[in-house]
Amino acid sequence: MSYLAGLLKTESLITAFALVGVVMFLSHLASKYLTRGRVHGSAIAIVAGLGLAWWGGRVTHGNNGLADVPMFAGVGLMGSNLFRDFAIVATAFEVDVAQAKRAGLLGAFAIVIGTALPFTMGVMVARAYGFTDAVSLTTIGAGAITYIVGGVTGTAIGASSTLLALSIGVGVFKAILVMVGTPIAAKYIGLDNPRSAMAYGGLMGTVSGVTGGLAATDPKLVPYGALVATFHTGFGCLVGPSILFFTVRFLVGG
Amino acid sequence: MTIYGVAIMAIAALLGTALGDILGQAVHVKANVGGVGFAMIFLVTARVWLEKRGALTPGIKLGVEFWATMYIPVIVAMAADLNVFSASKSGPMVLMAGAASVLSCAIVVAIISRLDKGNSAKWEPPPDVFIDGAAINGPSGPLPDDVASDQTPRTP
Repeated sequence: MSYLAGLLKTESLITAFALVGVVMFLSHLASKYLTRGRVHGSAIAIVAGLGLAWWGGRVTHGNNGLADVPMFAGVGLMGSNLFRDFAIVATAFEVDVAQAKRAGLLGAFAIVIGTALPFTMGVMVARAYGFTDAVSLTTIGAGAITYIVGGVTGTAIGASSTLLALSIGVGVFKAILVMVGTPIAAKYIGLDNPRSAMAYGGLMGTVSGVTGGLAATDPKLVPYGALVATFHTGFGCLVGPSILFFTVRFLVGG
Repeated sequence: MTIYGVAIMAIAALLGTALGDILGQAVHVKANVGGVGFAMIFLVTARVWLEKRGALTPGIKLGVEFWATMYIPVIVAMAADLNVFSASKSGPMVLMAGAASVLSCAIVVAIISRLDKGNSAKWEPPPDVFIDGAAINGPSGPLPDDVASDQTPRTP
């Protein structure tokens, strides 16, 4: 038994491939037999992944979900930005160039709204919960854009680590909501073509949420959403500690 | 050869990341600005160029498609790395702020797709590339025979 645990630990990335493969297989079985194909297997697999992350966090009290369990550390590498970004780039092979070009302006518009709107919402909620100073309001608002923007902005304007954790928490919860909610909401928000996928990528912004959500909805749409969403984080990191922070400071004073 | 496809993608990814870093430094941001997006644009450009020259071999396609098919599993692994436990325990403010942000944006997406109906209704996936997201979903049947032979140029 200890040999097996040691083996899985040394071969961590290989273990991760095997584990994720088994999770995908079981999820597709569940999709076929428990939901009669109504819920996409990928959606179930992502929820299963989140469930495993919850379990990992509960057992280890770490910050990296399942990856903090030594035996499954390889999941951290497999799900790292390095692998994620490489795989996202590959999906671009499927992009319909003419479509993407025509929707470029719409995507840019979506990024601006998708930054200003969640920020405003985050600031308003933080204000309602009793935060009054510009740094706290901006940090929590930036977390509502995405968790990366929250972290970068909070660090840049000198937020405390408690505040950073709160801000990143908002962003992580947003990513989870988008991942799980997209397949359910897709029909109602007209998410069935590249243009709306690009608008969606710009508005939701969170690369993990958007790409996970679209993968579970319709894999054809992934590259379009991802193409725009990857610019969203950069834009958020640009305006968060600058324009948005100055605006909040101007409004609340101090 | 399969490695050509992987290498083209890797070069596109490196160039994109470098460009994103340069752009980030230019605007004084401690983050990569759009690196993955640039990489995607480079890869699409490479595909179009190869296609025009009839040089998009099955091997090159296999090298890229493999990574595209690994995309969903990678996302599952990524989901398993999130700090779900602490997110699930966080206070009502975190939940409210997250939900308000997602809901408001979903409403805007719905409005945009209603207003934009005329522009998007005609879309069909491009016939020459992959059908029904097969590149990301994985092929449903056995691989076509020509994947094995690297030499056949792609018929336009």
